[in-house]
Amino acid sequence: MRMDSVIETQGLVLDDVRIRLGERLLVGLDARVRRGETLTVMGPSGSGKSTLLAYLGGFLDPVFCASGKVFVDGLDLTALEAEKRHAGILFQDPLLFPHLSVADNIAIAIPEDVRGRSQRRALADAALADADLAGFGDRDPDTLSGGQKARVALQRVLMSRPRLLLLDEPFSKLDANLREQTRQMVFDRARRAGLPVVLVTHDAEDARAAGGPVHKVDPA
Amino acid sequence: MTGGVRLARLAPPLTLAILLGPLAFGLAGTALPALGYLPELGGAGFTLQHFSDLAAVPGIFRSAMLSIVIGLVTTLVALGAVAAFVASDLGSPAFTRMRRMISPLLSVPHAAAAFGLAFLIAPSGMIMRLFSPWATGLDQPPDLLIVNDPLALSMMAGLIVKEIPFLFLVTLAALPQTRHAETMRLGRSLGYGRIASFTLLLWPPLYRQVRLAVFAVVAYASSVVDVALILGPHLPPTLPVRLIDWMNDPELESRFLASAGAVAQLGVTLLALLGWVGFEKTGAFLVRISRDAGRRWRHDAALRIGARTVMVASAAIVFGGIAVLALWSVSGLWQFPDALPSGFSLRSWMQALPRMSGPLATTLAVAGLSTLIALVLTILCLEREYETGRGRGGGALLLIYLPLIVPQISFMFGLQVLSIWLGVDASFPALVLAHLVFVLPYVFLSLSDPWRAHDRRHDLIAAGLGMSRSRTLIAIRLPMLTRAILTAAAVGFSVSVGQYLPTVLIGAGRLTTVTTEAVALAAGGNRRVIGVYAFMQTLLPFLAFSIATGLPGLVFRNRRGLRV
Repeated sequence: MRMDSVIETQGLVLDDVRIRLGERLLVGLDARVRRGETLTVMGPSGSGKSTLLAYLGGFLDPVFCASGKVFVDGLDLTALEAEKRHAGILFQDPLLFPHLSVADNIAIAIPEDVRGRSQRRALADAALADADLAGFGDRDPDTLSGGQKARVALQRVLMSRPRLLLLDEPFSKLDANLREQTRQMVFDRARRAGLPVVLVTHDAEDARAAGGPVHKVDPA
Repeated sequence: MTGGVRLARLAPPLTLAILLGPLAFGLAGTALPALGYLPELGGAGFTLQHFSDLAAVPGIFRSAMLSIVIGLVTTLVALGAVAAFVASDLGSPAFTRMRRMISPLLSVPHAAAAFGLAFLIAPSGMIMRLFSPWATGLDQPPDLLIVNDPLALSMMAGLIVKEIPFLFLVTLAALPQTRHAETMRLGRSLGYGRIASFTLLLWPPLYRQVRLAVFAVVAYASSVVDVALILGPHLPPTLPVRLIDWMNDPELESRFLASAGAVAQLGVTLLALLGWVGFEKTGAFLVRISRDAGRRWRHDAALRIGARTVMVASAAIVFGGIAVLALWSVSGLWQFPDALPSGFSLRSWMQALPRMSGPLATTLAVAGLSTLIALVLTILCLEREYETGRGRGGGALLLIYLPLIVPQISFMFGLQVLSIWLGVDASFPALVLAHLVFVLPYVFLSLSDPWRAHDRRHDLIAAGLGMSRSRTLIAIRLPMLTRAILTAAAVGFSVSVGQYLPTVLIGAGRLTTVTTEAVALAAGGNRRVIGVYAFMQTLLPFLAFSIATGLPGLVFRNRRGLRV
């Protein structure tokens, strides 16, 4: 394979993706998101922008009709089940699992080819240290601050070695000062990990911080 | 907040007395004769003789073991099917369809469902008829022991199909308190299969909420009488059935043995519950191992299909059973291998109805009155909880569940002794009270969630308009909650209609209901009469639920905000 064809297929490709609800076209999108780049999809609530994330993650409600194809690094995800896509998601809430310790919240994301409890735990601890949360491993996630929870959630999704990252308004519930900081961190890490990112938001600041192309979805 | 509803202050202590009084006195009334104290029968001192007599009864340990196994297997299969189905199909259109199909099954009395199953699977039952003679080559019913089999397989099947709707609805009620949709997406985006995502991430917090209901199923299945009489093994029967035999023994000495057995039943149910806790621990251990290894379990299709099959089959069995009961009740001559009767007639109904009118009146009166009392107490308790902000902790929930977890037979025995002693046996008020012990918890559990979810701002606006608490309750809250209240009433009504043991023991054979009459017919095996009674038994709760769903639509036909 020639070098430019490898580059050609790198990243996320949305090939003529169209999502409809009945007759109405919610999303129509043709886009390429390179590794480390962020595509921002903007629109008011109810405009169907979250539907796009559900489609990319493999969770589209059957009431919607979708056509087109999704590729990551040349691999066709369109027909794959959600659990085989490796599409990492960050929601509005960090959604830490309340019954697991902070370290187990991260360890559960580690792929199964990493064997042995101690090795997995060591990886989780390293990820915590990397997020300035060294020593938090045995804590109850409920005792963490909002910013700390957001960092654990980010480390968890990165730990799962995703092929792409889907952000569903992940900063909208944070305080203003925390929001800026968390944005920086998320985009930094995604860039470092070389992940194509799709961000869904109604906040123009998010789009500016992401720095990539912006696709606007019309209100319903 | 000023004043409040004055009557509501009395409700919590009164409710506790109604739930725990019979439990405490009943257990004492069982324990004393078991230890030899029953002056009326010449037992003045204390002795352990009756327990050694019990241990010497042939086959008693097999009976006890059987009860434990039935309790555990029934719960394991029913809960496993429900959990796997929820894991597999949560949020899909199939899930909504299943919810609609399963919900009405909750109101079908256990005895009716058991009869229905027996009519389906018996050697001369509907299934055999549908396949004979063309597939089986039989023109005589085969000589097989399918119903009442010694391993209690048919009994467990009968219990499983009835516990599945209960556990399913309890799980559905707990789901909104979790972030289930996002959690499942998160799990799958991390690469976990549906069943694994559910088991590792959603089930632990969910199970915490349904645990008491699961305990109630274990306890019920290990101590049930009516289903055992219809489907259970004969030689030897399960422990509760043997207790009933001794209780009805004309030899009064058998009462001591029965009481000792009822205390033993307490131990048997406790062992079943301990066994269940063992299952919980084993399950948690296996889950931890799998979690620590990060196993993804992506290939869970077989398990998912299995869970769907069990769910659909359980609904089909109950509905099919009821249909066959109805068919038998209007059948004329119906010979074996014919799939349909050769003629239809209302003779069975015409003959049964005059005899049924007494039990029917008792059924309606007891169910109506116990439901009404339970409803008033529940509403006042919830109002008191609203006013004081107290009483919704785990302790309160345990107290409400207690009468459903302690085996009925263990304290109903004592209550019968007590009622004879007080001279109120076979009296209508005593029967209502006995039913209330079981109706009240279900009414409370059914009404408390919608009550607590009701938007408090309506009450605040009413207070701002100068309404008293009582006026707010009557003019605002109760009308807005009409649908939930009627549903709770229908639940209470069907629980009362389905009660077998309390009716038999406290009614002492003189006050009978449709349910006790139906179960009494089990031994006779006249399918037409059984069909009439069991169908009637199903019809009453069904009517109650129809009213509960239909009436609000009629009353509020011009109020769009109160429609569902």
